[in-house]
Amino acid sequence: MVSLLCILPLIHIVAVSFSSSAAASAGYVRLWPVDFTLASYMYTMSRTEFWQSMLVSLTRIGIGTPLNLLLTILVAYPLSKESHALRFRSVYAWAFFVTMLFNGGLIPWYTTIKEYGLLDSIWALVLPGAVPVFSVVLLLNFFREIPKELEEAALIDGAGHFRTVWSIFVPISKPALATLALFSMVEHWNSWFDGLLLMGNPANYPLQSYIQTIVIQQNLSNMSRDAMLDLALISDRTLKSSQIFLGSLPIILAYPFLQKYFVKGIVLGSVKG
Amino acid sequence: MRAKLRKELPLHLMLVPGLVMIILFSYVPMAGVMIAFQKFIPAKGLFGDQKWIGLDNFEYVMNLPSFTQVLWNTLFISSLKLILGLIIPLVFAILLNELTSNWIKRSVQTAIYLPYFLSWVVLGGILIDILSPSGGIVNEFLGWFGVSKIFFLGDNDWFPFTLITSDVWKNFGYGTIVYLAAITGIDPGLYEAATIDGANRWHKTWHITIPGIRMVIVLLSVLSLGQLLNAGFDQVFNLYSPQVYESGDILDTFVYRIGLLDAQYGVATAVGFFKSIISLTLISSSYFLAYRFAKYRIF
Repeated sequence: MVSLLCILPLIHIVAVSFSSSAAASAGYVRLWPVDFTLASYMYTMSRTEFWQSMLVSLTRIGIGTPLNLLLTILVAYPLSKESHALRFRSVYAWAFFVTMLFNGGLIPWYTTIKEYGLLDSIWALVLPGAVPVFSVVLLLNFFREIPKELEEAALIDGAGHFRTVWSIFVPISKPALATLALFSMVEHWNSWFDGLLLMGNPANYPLQSYIQTIVIQQNLSNMSRDAMLDLALISDRTLKSSQIFLGSLPIILAYPFLQKYFVKGIVLGSVKG
Repeated sequence: MRAKLRKELPLHLMLVPGLVMIILFSYVPMAGVMIAFQKFIPAKGLFGDQKWIGLDNFEYVMNLPSFTQVLWNTLFISSLKLILGLIIPLVFAILLNELTSNWIKRSVQTAIYLPYFLSWVVLGGILIDILSPSGGIVNEFLGWFGVSKIFFLGDNDWFPFTLITSDVWKNFGYGTIVYLAAITGIDPGLYEAATIDGANRWHKTWHITIPGIRMVIVLLSVLSLGQLLNAGFDQVFNLYSPQVYESGDILDTFVYRIGLLDAQYGVATAVGFFKSIISLTLISSSYFLAYRFAKYRIF
């Protein structure tokens, strides 16, 4: 019953998106499409803005997720050492930890990125969150569980630290890394506010920011007259519903397969020992 | 000595890229809080020759009548979210644990956990549609029971509760799974022993399950304390409108509006700084308490 309540709204939106505009605006649609049509999807897909923002989102994931993982590994490995093996370990650890406790707030953050000249560039979406400190914490705790002997054996065989990370720690931590990668991808896919804020030109919006302006802000100002006429044929509701659905589609599709990783992820994070 | 350093050097090198990133994108913005004490003119740049005005921005904010309201809204919305966000998943996890069919258990988990992964843009769009007073399915449903139309997102009496309910809806699956994971960790022998002693389900829940996951309950409550001033920017931003600023404006949305829309950079930074300081205190104490009572250590 409760679980139905959780997904019924989603099913309803999908039903609306596939229904004819008349049925949708008259409120006939419940959980199954009425007068099935793909009109609103055709319209959404015919917009170049849609594909542009999709491309931005995919680029963002393509650069952002590997970067997140790389930096998480590079930071977590040294910090997983005992403090006698790494001088200033606690200084480093605190330096990262403090960023979880305190931040300058929205305006200084925005101003800084503007000063770096990153506005309107994909780097503004990827670099500020490049080090996910919480993932670092999870991974370093995972690294600590790895038997010391493995590392010692590698060192005796003449492998340096870089070699050891790459050929021992990374392969062993594959399940943990997969989980972190998934969370990072979901994070990048779902982010919308930084896109809205840092991208002056709507052509650079990632998909969620684009959907936000269309569905939530109802920003029709950058639409041509022809587009407006086209739009009159499709109802506002079906159109929005189709965009909402497309915006969540990758997650919904991947979700059943990835769920076990997600569950592992929170267990990794919240309940230790 | 030299040899040890050489062995250690790669470790320090590995930290360099991460350090550079947090310095550039966390510490420089932290230094940027000086905007709060300036009459900031963006054209002169972050480290430009700005005019220092002491605590004027803070004084200005404190005298705004809307500020008290915003602070109250933030505390009200977020504390209800925290409390319900702790209790509902707990109750639900205990109920779910009583189910014997693994298949049902797993499908329920899958369904309730899904909204957690959707963005507030998507969920906001859905809520705006289903809660609409004109043709929204929720109002239509209430209509069958003779309830008159409710403007969930446009009525100051309803808006905070709409926020709280929808937040619980999005997040309780996550909490439920955390609690379930903890319940799985309880020794089944305890339940068997209790059954032999004649305990019923209720006894077992009260005397075994709850004490068994007490640590997790304490940990989650204590850690959530640090989030007291975060009433949920993403959610409020996507759901509110000028009609409900009175009941729905929270610190983060307030900062956004006065800072970026009204371009009062100094004032907005002052509010942000105020929030950060209190949050810092709350988060630090919550980590301290978590260590004290649940032996939780982040490193």
